[in-house]
Amino acid sequence: MHRTGALYGQFKTLEQQKDTATLGMWIFLVTEVMFFGGIMLAYAINRHTYFPAFAMGSNTLSLFLGGTNTVVLLASSFTMAMGVWSAQVGKKQLLTIFLSLTLVLGFVFLGIKYVEYAQKFHHHLVPGRNFDITYCVNNPARCDDLSPSELEVEREELAKALNADPALNSHAQLYYSAYFGMTGLHALHMIVGAGLLLWLLKESLAGRFDAQYNNPVDIIGLYWHFVDIVWIYLFPLLYLIDRHK
Amino acid sequence: MSTASITSTGPALKLPEKHYVNATYGIRSWLLTTDHKRIALLYLASVTFFFFIGGFFAMMIRLHLLTPNGYMLSADTYNRMFTMHGVTMIFFFLIPSIPAVLGNFLIPLMVGAKDLAFPKINLLSWYIYIIGGCFTLYSMITGGLDTGWTFYTPLSTVYSNSAVAPAVVGVFITGFSSILTGLNFLVTVHTMRAPGMTWFRLPLFVWAHYATSVVMILGTPVIAITLALAAMERVFGLGFFNPAMGGDPILFQHLFWFYSHPAVYIMILPAMGVISEIIPTFARKKLFGYHFVAAASLAIAVIGFVVWAHHMFVTGQSTYAALAFSFLTFLVAIPSAVKVFNWTATLFGGSISFDTPMLYAFGFLGLFLVGGLTGLFLGTLGIDIHVHDTYFVVAHFHYIMVGGAVMGYLGGMHFWWPKITGRMYPEWIARIAALILFVGFNLTFFPQFVLGYLGMPRRYHVYPPEFQVYNVMSTAGASILAVGYLLPMIYLTWAAFYGKVAGPNPWPATGLEWRTPSPPPTENFEVTPVVTWEPYDFHHRPDLGLEGGAPQGPAVAPAHGDD
Repeated sequence: MHRTGALYGQFKTLEQQKDTATLGMWIFLVTEVMFFGGIMLAYAINRHTYFPAFAMGSNTLSLFLGGTNTVVLLASSFTMAMGVWSAQVGKKQLLTIFLSLTLVLGFVFLGIKYVEYAQKFHHHLVPGRNFDITYCVNNPARCDDLSPSELEVEREELAKALNADPALNSHAQLYYSAYFGMTGLHALHMIVGAGLLLWLLKESLAGRFDAQYNNPVDIIGLYWHFVDIVWIYLFPLLYLIDRHK
Repeated sequence: MSTASITSTGPALKLPEKHYVNATYGIRSWLLTTDHKRIALLYLASVTFFFFIGGFFAMMIRLHLLTPNGYMLSADTYNRMFTMHGVTMIFFFLIPSIPAVLGNFLIPLMVGAKDLAFPKINLLSWYIYIIGGCFTLYSMITGGLDTGWTFYTPLSTVYSNSAVAPAVVGVFITGFSSILTGLNFLVTVHTMRAPGMTWFRLPLFVWAHYATSVVMILGTPVIAITLALAAMERVFGLGFFNPAMGGDPILFQHLFWFYSHPAVYIMILPAMGVISEIIPTFARKKLFGYHFVAAASLAIAVIGFVVWAHHMFVTGQSTYAALAFSFLTFLVAIPSAVKVFNWTATLFGGSISFDTPMLYAFGFLGLFLVGGLTGLFLGTLGIDIHVHDTYFVVAHFHYIMVGGAVMGYLGGMHFWWPKITGRMYPEWIARIAALILFVGFNLTFFPQFVLGYLGMPRRYHVYPPEFQVYNVMSTAGASILAVGYLLPMIYLTWAAFYGKVAGPNPWPATGLEWRTPSPPPTENFEVTPVVTWEPYDFHHRPDLGLEGGAPQGPAVAPAHGDD
């Protein structure tokens, strides 16, 4: 099928094409819900079984970095929504600006995620042979990026958790398996989203979108919001719930 | 036969000058095509390839089991053979077979569209399938894997010394081709229907694929994440499913069967769709209870999602959970039985002809009945504990998957081969092949019911000598079955080039796909069709040229009030 203007050959009208593409993206998002659903179930069940280890795991995450990332991502959702609006009302320059802002915020998120991941490597919190949940408490000098108060909280929580679960180190690895699995998949989706945004940006710079034809902006927007919503679930699951109990 | 009388009257038929096969030439025009009909043929070639690989492994298993001590293969090799047989047949043949070949070819034609909603994604799905297939083939040629097709942990993630990772990654990748196919079908049915093609004028083949697609998009992502976690566990040592690290292997089984039980319906629902097309055509009669058959497809898809733990009755799960899953398993039998009864009622008072597709449909009816009823035995808690992991289970699911899905697939291939290639297959050879298949199938798998009931466990490479007679019967049947599969491959290929020209509607059948030339042009229809008739309505279709009209059966479904 050959492209005739913005209309693909298998469709009769732009409206049909738009409905089709939108429905396709919604169905794709349903598959994404099932995809993340599987790993969230694994997380929930392990959390139920090894509660002290999972609460301890939460305490080793940085609320500041996670919170900042949440704000960044929500802001990117806002700029994306504004981008969709700009496309619908045909404001081409505004569209380019909002798409760029969304892209920048996406990269800020990934940058902060990189900082967090690097920290976990330094703190011996990556599942495997060298995993040691007690590392920072036992070697505070090597964890100088933690503030004294953060370290103090970690020390208290670790004492409680070790008391509740002697095999803490092994079970905390399950927490970190979930952490890297879930945030890693989310980050992968962010990277795909950034690629899509780059393409949108190129097309919008070429002036391809106007009030009549803007469906790609719309459906990539849907995808972007979905990836944000995943984070809205991951942030409380991994960072917030039952941190100090 | 009515077929012969219709095709032989009138002027000599000719193939259309331009059609989808000769529209363009060259390898690029096939590998970069976005035409759903060409992609269907790409899939046809690839699933046939995997079918014969899987068939080879099956023959190895059956030959090895000829003697109680199994002199042919080592125990370890035997484990690899049945594992690779299962992995190949399920993930690379049965799941894509009818949807990706016949569904791909027919759904746009049946709804009166120029193509699927997303032609490029359709092509992408084939490439994903091929890439996944390459990973799995790599696993096979580097020694294969020995975990059983279920990849149960921790055997698959920790203890197995075989090429598990590439096979798991291959299945993971191939899953996305299934997701994309399902997505494409769902959207196509929603937005690409021709004018007048209302929901209740859709052929039941399309309804069946709609239900299948729902299962594909809801189930496949779950197996994807499960296999991804299992692969990461094997490669990076994560511990979700490893009891040594505090993980839970039962969790793997739950997640695995959450997809893999509904996957059974991915295999059987499209075959049911094929049967729903064949039976009215060769009974010359409106399908009895159209709405019920359509709704039954959806009901099977929905209920199919809540029965998975009947694979896990002996894992030590809660008795109450087992009770609930046993009850829900019985519920699936209801819509399945609705279909079987409606097909039978369609035959009643019809003008039945015994063309090859109809022989396959009859074969399907009988074998699916046996497979379905033994499924009820297995869904019964007490009996399941007795026959769990025996050949009874093996016989049961082969009656559904081979007797049901493969019979449906071959019936569909014969039914639509004139549409796909424009040429008829040799009718009498085809009838004999269908009979050989039926006999070979029953000889292979019926003795396995007996074996299982007597207590022969599945997946063992040796067995007590008193079981030998049944195993010899089974192996003998398997060789007849092999002939039955080779024959259609040979004569269908021959017919594609040298068969008698079929004309647009050789049977004749009522669907939209029969109102365009065979083979169809690239854009499917010269003008977008407008549908003004009800499905399978032979009474009001003078264009079909049925002399004297269709038979006035005693049981005619009422006209629809909702169009």
